[in-house]
Amino acid sequence: MRISDLWFNYENKPIFEGLNLEISDGITCLMGESGIGKTTLLKLIAGLLEPQKGTIENEYKRISFMFQEDRLLPWLSVRDNILLVTDKHKEADELLSRLEIDGDLKISELSGGMARRVALIRCLLFDSDMLIMDEPFKGMDGKLIEKAAEIIKSQNKPTLISTHSLDEVKALSAEVITL
Amino acid sequence: MISILVNRHLKRILALTFWLSVWQLCALKVGKELILPGPFAVVKALVNLAAQSGFWINTVTTIIRIISGYLLGVISAVILAILTCRYETADTLISPVIRVVRATPVASFIILALLWMGKSNVPVLMSMLMVIPVVWENITAQYKATDKNLIEMAQAYRLSDWKKFRYIYVPSAFPGFLSGCLTAMGLAWKSGIAAEVLSQPKAAIGSNLYYSKLYLETPELFAWTAVVVILSMLIEKIIRFLLFRGVSHENK
Repeated sequence: MRISDLWFNYENKPIFEGLNLEISDGITCLMGESGIGKTTLLKLIAGLLEPQKGTIENEYKRISFMFQEDRLLPWLSVRDNILLVTDKHKEADELLSRLEIDGDLKISELSGGMARRVALIRCLLFDSDMLIMDEPFKGMDGKLIEKAAEIIKSQNKPTLISTHSLDEVKALSAEVITL
Repeated sequence: MISILVNRHLKRILALTFWLSVWQLCALKVGKELILPGPFAVVKALVNLAAQSGFWINTVTTIIRIISGYLLGVISAVILAILTCRYETADTLISPVIRVVRATPVASFIILALLWMGKSNVPVLMSMLMVIPVVWENITAQYKATDKNLIEMAQAYRLSDWKKFRYIYVPSAFPGFLSGCLTAMGLAWKSGIAAEVLSQPKAAIGSNLYYSKLYLETPELFAWTAVVVILSMLIEKIIRFLLFRGVSHENK
């Protein structure tokens, strides 16, 4: 993926002024201090935001995006939240079991870390050719991060992840780009 | 828990007793049943009315009229809300009309309706017209306040329009629908009875209110008013029960 001369600003606050970047296939972690524009860049790549100037050349058109907030529907169960974006019932149950979540729970019954895992499963099972994840391990402990990282790696898809943690980079065996 | 409930009921009973006493004292002070009958005279009039078969026919007919108007109003409001939320042109066309309906005095509508239709249909139309703006506005306000993050999530996961409607917009607008339905019930009663008073259809509580005033039967006037208040509260409780039972069933 090639990003050339990318310009983007929120109202009058400039975020990118002529950003150039090349991202290889595989798993890449995007690092940088808070507010530098990691989420904005992920959204621009996913097509959820339009650049004001510049181009993003990406051969992968069907992108699954995991937001920084879980964005689960509180009126649906865990399983129904996942099945809203996919028909893969069996895989959903399998991943729920691997990440230790009861699919029949209501969203209000989940802890922060559990909700994050549900959002992760939803992102993984959406029919896509690329994954973009904004702080996917937020609220998870070391053991669960390792489990989740293994599942992400097993997808064998180009994956772009924003994170603040080098431990997460290590668990993912990922390349790092610092903004 | 039980003591809290007992306390709450006790407070209500005490408040009711206080106001009934004030009423009785005022009635004694006035000393003329024609101007202000006391609670005992009203209860006596109510018992006498209830013993007549006409009372029940009048009451049931009024309930049917108002509930019909209410249901027609709710259904129309939902359809109009879907149209105005979904299509900008529909919003441009329909929203000003609903706002005009909301601002127009019910008496103006009643008098106009009396020119256009049969007496017994006027209360139905009035209840319906008063319900539509309230339910419509509650639904559209909640619809417009739908969480933008969820809409962006739906866009990212390419949810179909139907799924967005069914799983995001409808649940988001539903609390507005519920509160609109509850508020509208009281309005349906008030406007329906007002329409009955002015149009005087056969077999109607409103017509009896008017006749009681005409023949200076003040205890009956109070008794019919009490019937309206009791029915309004009772039906609001039933609707609240039905709507919230529906919600809890949906959440199971």
